[in-house]
Amino acid sequence: MAVVIEARGVEKTFRIPHHRVDSLKERATHPLRRAEYRELRALRDLSFDVHKGEFFGVVGRNGSGKSSLLKIMASIYAADAGRIRMAGRVAPFIELGVGFNPELTARENVVLNGVMMGLSRREAARRLDAVLEFAELEEFVELKLKNYSSGMMVRLAFAVMVQADADVMLIDEVLAVGDAAFSQKCMDVFHEKRSVGRTIVLVTHDMATVQGMCDRAMLIHDGELQYIGDAEETALRYYRLNFGTADGRDGEAGPAAVPDVHARVVDSWLEDESGRRIENVEQGTPIGLNVVVEAREELAKPIFALHVLNQNGSAIFGLETTPRGPDGEALDRIAAGGRVRIAGRIDNPLLPGRYLLQCFVYREGAARGALQAINLPGFVVFGTRTGPGIVSVRGDVEAVAEP
Amino acid sequence: MTEQALELREVRGPSALGGGSKRSLELLYLIAVTEFKQTYFGTVLGYLWSLARPLLLFGVLLAVFTQVFRIGSQVPNYAVLLLFNIVLFGFFQEATLQAVKSIATQESIVRKTQFPRLVIPLAVVLTALFNLGLNLVVVFVFILAWGIEPTWTWLLFPVVLLMILVLTVAVSMIVSSLYPRFRDISIIWTVLATVLFYGTPVLYPIEVVPETLKDVLLINPLTPLFELARMWVIDPTAPGPAEAAGSYALLLPATAIYLGVCALAVWIFNREAPLIAEQL
Repeated sequence: MAVVIEARGVEKTFRIPHHRVDSLKERATHPLRRAEYRELRALRDLSFDVHKGEFFGVVGRNGSGKSSLLKIMASIYAADAGRIRMAGRVAPFIELGVGFNPELTARENVVLNGVMMGLSRREAARRLDAVLEFAELEEFVELKLKNYSSGMMVRLAFAVMVQADADVMLIDEVLAVGDAAFSQKCMDVFHEKRSVGRTIVLVTHDMATVQGMCDRAMLIHDGELQYIGDAEETALRYYRLNFGTADGRDGEAGPAAVPDVHARVVDSWLEDESGRRIENVEQGTPIGLNVVVEAREELAKPIFALHVLNQNGSAIFGLETTPRGPDGEALDRIAAGGRVRIAGRIDNPLLPGRYLLQCFVYREGAARGALQAINLPGFVVFGTRTGPGIVSVRGDVEAVAEP
Repeated sequence: MTEQALELREVRGPSALGGGSKRSLELLYLIAVTEFKQTYFGTVLGYLWSLARPLLLFGVLLAVFTQVFRIGSQVPNYAVLLLFNIVLFGFFQEATLQAVKSIATQESIVRKTQFPRLVIPLAVVLTALFNLGLNLVVVFVFILAWGIEPTWTWLLFPVVLLMILVLTVAVSMIVSSLYPRFRDISIIWTVLATVLFYGTPVLYPIEVVPETLKDVLLINPLTPLFELARMWVIDPTAPGPAEAAGSYALLLPATAIYLGVCALAVWIFNREAPLIAEQL
């Protein structure tokens, strides 16, 4: 596999003044203040390779240096030492719609943004149609951006990013903070890009994404490389780091605090009443929710849960259960490699809209926080009865005139 | 993309022209054009408004200097000279004042995309240059209407314009790159620009300045440029910079300062460019 990003000994130190010298007068009257810097070593001797066509995750806690690394790769910050070499056209996506000018039309903005991302002016103009088509905004090409709704703006920004078609895409997690359906769409697109040989570097602390999408990942802690390799292993180490002791050292944490549940989803689907697999669900008809989970290591006293979330990512309800054997006997452990089919059935009180399914694996006992969330494909409930609230509840109500 | 095409290139970090000069030029052009369009197509009287400002200033100053101080009556073609000078100086002033905060106001671009730093102040200067071009059309119509005969020296005017442009770019580079670190550059430059307005022969020709003050004026690199422009465009009999100074040698300080400012601009900008994203 060809290497497209090669980092060797990258160092970055931010000098943070205790007292910010913002004016010339302060500089002149307090010439010695200059020495009062606090040095923040954001990155220390970081070396890694990313291969062509890889979906590479960079994870770490807030302030671990992962975003600084992305900005150095994107030529926004300069590294203090070490070197990075990259191949092909690199485009950073740190935020959607950076550089959009509300006073300009969509056409002008798309071209301007294309050039910012490294396309030539002609190339950017040539891709205009594709961008507008992807964003489904063909009719609004001459509309000034200030008259766009925020939803239209996000669609346009995202389309610009997709069509920029960089060889290496550097993506910051802020992209994923939109509503759940949008982040799902982002992930679909990234997947597609990867399958045509683009390389994607994603900075995130959403471990579900790392486990579900990334080929490899690396964990950065306090500016140092802690682990690089298997995405699942990276996620697990990140959990250990986060749920570990207060000072962040792992290994000393009590067993309850460490998420030691490790499983992966093999398959998941929805069924209708007759057991047929379905993609979308009619309002009011019962749904069967099915997930097959494989234990990556022995699971002791596991609890399996399914959560249904709405578009905004808020959980609407959840189902949970403990595993049973084929003959109905209760199991208190699942051996490594063992598979469990979780099958839930609901009467479907959901109103029309888009929903997401998540699968959780807990450990019984006090360690409720020790969990692993796995994002599953979403589904759509269709129907005509929209109503107040988020679910329709069966009930009786009457209005009687008082005598 | 074939495997051979995967040539690793060093990531050099942010710089004045990061991403290549071709891309920088395209960005510069696009930004200046859109900025210009925005100013002029956004309002009904777009361009007229921007012309109104120098014209109003011109009207007031003309009244003051011909009616109150009577300096105007001693100078041939004072009215056209005044308008011409105001438009030229207006370009320098507008561009540099706009440039001061230009990088800081484009914060999100600087901090979130790979953007050649130099393009931002240059786009401000280029927009002002478009503006100057339009204003000069009006000024030359006015000059001809006043009855001034075109001479072959008009062809030399672009040379002066270029020298003023270079100085404008240099000053814009200095103030815009220092502003993120020293916020009071904005105030300092506003004051300095006003001082320069009076310290450059804009309102008055150099020959009416008393000898003692003339030495001070001659340090200002804009002085010889404005005198050249006057001699070449308005009044061929006017003293050129050398004659006004007394000798070519006395123009050396202004030349040295001019070149010094240009060199300083390149040095400061290249030093600050990689750090701007961190300081905003």
